Amino acid sequence: MTGLVIVAIFILLAVILVQIGRLTEVAAVIRGEENVAMATNNRNAVYMLIFLVVFLIYCVASAWFYKDRMLGYGPHTAASAHGGQLDSIFNTTLFFTGIVFVITHIALFWFAYKYREDKNRIAYFFPHSTFLEVIWTAIPTVVMAILVVRGLIVWNATMADVAPEEEHIEIEATGSQFLWEIRYPGADNKLGAKNFRLIKPGINPLGQNWEDTKNLDDFLVGDVFYLPVNKKVRVRITAKDVLHNFYLPHFRVKMDAVPGLPTHFIFTPTKTTEEYRQELKNYPEYQALSDPEDPESPQRWETFDYELACAELCGYGHYSMRKTLKIVSQEEYDDWFAQQQPYYMSNIRNTDNDPFKGKLLKVEAAKRARELKSEFKSAMDSDKLSTIRLKNVFFETGSSTLKDDSKYELNEVAELLKANPNVKVELGGHTDSTGDESANQVLSMQRAESVVNYLSSKGVSQSNMSSKGYGQSRPVDTNDTDEGRQNNRRTELKITAK
Amino acid sequence: MGHVTIDPNDKLAVMIEETGYDDHFHEHHHGDKYQSGFIGHYIFSMDHKIIARQFLITGIFWAIIGAGMSIIFRLQLGFPESDMAWLKPLLGKWITVNDGVGALSPEFYYALVTMHGTILVFFVLTAGLSGTFSNLLIPLQVGARDMASPFLNMLSYWFFFLAGVVMFYSLFISTGPFSGGWTGYPPLSALPQASTGSGTGMTLWLVSLTLFVVSVLLGGINYITTVLNLRTKGMSMWKLPLPIWAFFVTAVLGLLSFPVLASGFFMLIFDRGLGTSFFLSEIFINGQALDRVGGSPILYQHLFWFLGHPEVYIIILPAMGIVSEVLSVHARKPIFGYTAMVLSILAIGFLSFIVWAHHMFMSGVNPFLSNFFVIFTLIIAVPSAVKVFNWITTLYGGNIRFNSAMLFAIGFVSMFISGGLTGIFLGNSAIDIQMHDTYFVVAHFHIVMGIAAFFGMFSGVYHWFPKMFGRFMNEKLGRIHFWGTLVGAYAIFWPMHYLGMAGVPRRYYSFDTFDAFKHFGPMNEFITISAIIVFGLQLLFVINFFYSIFRGKKMTERNPYGANTLEWTTPIEAGHGNWPGKIPAVHRWAYDYGKDGKEFIPQYVPLAEGEVAGDAH
Repeated sequence: MTGLVIVAIFILLAVILVQIGRLTEVAAVIRGEENVAMATNNRNAVYMLIFLVVFLIYCVASAWFYKDRMLGYGPHTAASAHGGQLDSIFNTTLFFTGIVFVITHIALFWFAYKYREDKNRIAYFFPHSTFLEVIWTAIPTVVMAILVVRGLIVWNATMADVAPEEEHIEIEATGSQFLWEIRYPGADNKLGAKNFRLIKPGINPLGQNWEDTKNLDDFLVGDVFYLPVNKKVRVRITAKDVLHNFYLPHFRVKMDAVPGLPTHFIFTPTKTTEEYRQELKNYPEYQALSDPEDPESPQRWETFDYELACAELCGYGHYSMRKTLKIVSQEEYDDWFAQQQPYYMSNIRNTDNDPFKGKLLKVEAAKRARELKSEFKSAMDSDKLSTIRLKNVFFETGSSTLKDDSKYELNEVAELLKANPNVKVELGGHTDSTGDESANQVLSMQRAESVVNYLSSKGVSQSNMSSKGYGQSRPVDTNDTDEGRQNNRRTELKITAK
Repeated sequence: MGHVTIDPNDKLAVMIEETGYDDHFHEHHHGDKYQSGFIGHYIFSMDHKIIARQFLITGIFWAIIGAGMSIIFRLQLGFPESDMAWLKPLLGKWITVNDGVGALSPEFYYALVTMHGTILVFFVLTAGLSGTFSNLLIPLQVGARDMASPFLNMLSYWFFFLAGVVMFYSLFISTGPFSGGWTGYPPLSALPQASTGSGTGMTLWLVSLTLFVVSVLLGGINYITTVLNLRTKGMSMWKLPLPIWAFFVTAVLGLLSFPVLASGFFMLIFDRGLGTSFFLSEIFINGQALDRVGGSPILYQHLFWFLGHPEVYIIILPAMGIVSEVLSVHARKPIFGYTAMVLSILAIGFLSFIVWAHHMFMSGVNPFLSNFFVIFTLIIAVPSAVKVFNWITTLYGGNIRFNSAMLFAIGFVSMFISGGLTGIFLGNSAIDIQMHDTYFVVAHFHIVMGIAAFFGMFSGVYHWFPKMFGRFMNEKLGRIHFWGTLVGAYAIFWPMHYLGMAGVPRRYYSFDTFDAFKHFGPMNEFITISAIIVFGLQLLFVINFFYSIFRGKKMTERNPYGANTLEWTTPIEAGHGNWPGKIPAVHRWAYDYGKDGKEFIPQYVPLAEGEVAGDAH
């Protein structure tokens, strides 16, 4: 019904308009077509002038009205080192084009008005002027040359890759339908290799190759990622499925993410999030409520954040690929960085997907070495004689042969004992309750001895060490579960004198 | 002379009979054979004037659909919270109703955006503009009986028609039409699992546009041949009216660039259907790794933009040609700097082939290559500037009639300046880092090749309507149409510059996710309301157009504007072959307005004794 009414109104309107048109034609015939035509012509000439004035005012006034919201103006100066130069070329271009825009529009509409039809005049026959044409070929050529040279200098500086020795942070952004995943290189400052065939949603979202040890400390971030101010950042940009575009408007950063072809963009943030907020604070546009519905909500400048968006059509969720970027001081960044858990450690380590399952990683050995040192130190400081569990001493199943991975822990123990020659220790072997009790007793004895032998081979005095096999007699955990049994199979370092 | 009789009181006819060129056309009776009967005359017509009208009316049909789509997605952008349930009868399942509030689905939003671009660029501004006026004016203005091959000409229209049928069909399939942007970038367009629109919708899109390429090529080869071979006696290339130069270069551009697009389409079809990977590499989608590797999505972009950039000149050059002619006729002055105008058309045409990668500054191509594309791109500003200054100077000292055609021609110049100047920003790769794919780009190309091309087209329609239909369009409605559209078009697109300068990306279904983009609600409402008003004004044009075909003021003299070109020497109801007797011979250029104290001197008038040719300065 509504549709019918709309159609009816539309038809009615059309009829009315057509009738108006016809009426003017009829009226023109009555009043003398010539006179009406002249009057109409003059009227339209005046409209030309009016349009010119209103249009120019509209252009300038609207630009003035929106200036604090546009990037590069008001509070929105670029937050990156190269961004200011882009804005500056923009303004140079605006300067030249603005002049041309105003002059040509004035000429166009003024001439139109001034040279409106006059029956008593014949138009000026002016087909050609080499002088004028040379002038207005030359001027644009010179202006274009200025703009090209300035533009290309900045372009090539902005797009240059980092030199190998240059200090920078490299992070990786991967676009997929419809989110960005940001990967940091971890402590080694190197991003590990990845391969799209290894991607498993929820398990290995980026297809990192875990055999590449550079991957083991890489971490992924949630909705917010951090970067330190005044530090050069190289963003490696990749995509999983279709084209995306890594777009940080406040930093003048934009680059397509292309499946199969990693791209990059290099920029240096120059303003922390907090500094940017402080600049916004001075402008009325940002003193408004962040949520107009809620009078309790903070002001807009208080909730400002740098945002990451997608700027290449990637499907129906293209408009929603948001992440927040916080620019902070180096100290805050370091703190944040230290809190991040490598993806491998929290999701892959010792699962079936871990190529190093059951093997000790260098990073784990190093961490254990620090731990051992502090345990040994507190044992030394303590009044009592304490026992330290040697967590990373492993044997082949059912044998007293040390596994290769045990050397990290034992080397550390050797160093500690050599440094403290007064300390006497007992190395005790323990097993779980699986198998024959007396055999376990023997095995634990042999294992303790092989540890003593190893330490001795590393230069620890034999006289400071004794070995003892406890078999399954002193479990520290249940023997009913795998985990419990694993805890019960252990080697302990007991300090007997210091 | 056989059956042709000349009225001795008709001075023009007598003159043509005395000085014209006899090609013995009317001694053969082939002329009327394929004009007989309704179907032969109006449907499968081989007459260029009928084919021009077919292109125009089909273009109008598509323009309404394409612009109507933009109104629907502008409603989403301007009034995202509003209830769209009332559109459910039209859009069906693409309106999802939750708690009684209807919302446009994002999938269909993107389909609308994509179809809007495809339809307007190809069906309206290529076929509807160049197809209409090349067909109408080339034979009439060069003094030819018809196109070199009327049959190919007919095929050109019917391939276009077929392309339209396929595209129209794709609007109604259950997965929706293609929704990956009018540029159709893979992998989004290559993989049906990437988007619902990339399934059957994309297949039909490719089929349709391949048919369209065929249409353009058939038309183009015809236009070129006609201009080169069928010019009347005395019509040297340097005496051609400017529209013909523009159509000629346009056809050359189309002929050289559309096949490259077709090659890109074929590779895309192979990637979609035959398991190749021209454009695909290292893709993990829908929980699976694609086993095909080794291609590059950027290759497609090169192929696409190798057409895509000339395409924008294919759109704008005909408008430039039309405007040059209209400005000159209604300012009663010669076009200023004819030679420079021709050279700048040629320069723009040439340069348009070596700037394509300026669409790809931020797509991962080697930044070093961009240096060259920046330089060539900004060089285009020079011939463009020359054209603008020449148009303005054409007005200087004129005797201007502000009819609808002239108003739109002046509006064209304004739009071309406004939109062209922002191109200088975008062509500079350093600025493009920030502006690429923002609303600044949307504003730029809509003004310079959307609105400006439409203005050129309107100017041409109002100007040559009497030539097409023997009647005038209503001037009152035409002027309302012009002033409303001029103001409205700036109201729509000018604010988009500010959106772009605030960093707002184009092709966003909603701005609410981002704090940086979501605070332009009132501006988006303003743009949408302006768009609806402007759309209404175009319907006014459509009404005026169809009403005037049947009821417009009748044309009573052959040359109502006092124009110099040959199309105004044919009878008001020109039959097949255009001139009843001989073809008029040409003795001068087309722009002797106001020369030697005469208001105008048509091209068929021989130089008087001692007269210096107007173009010989």
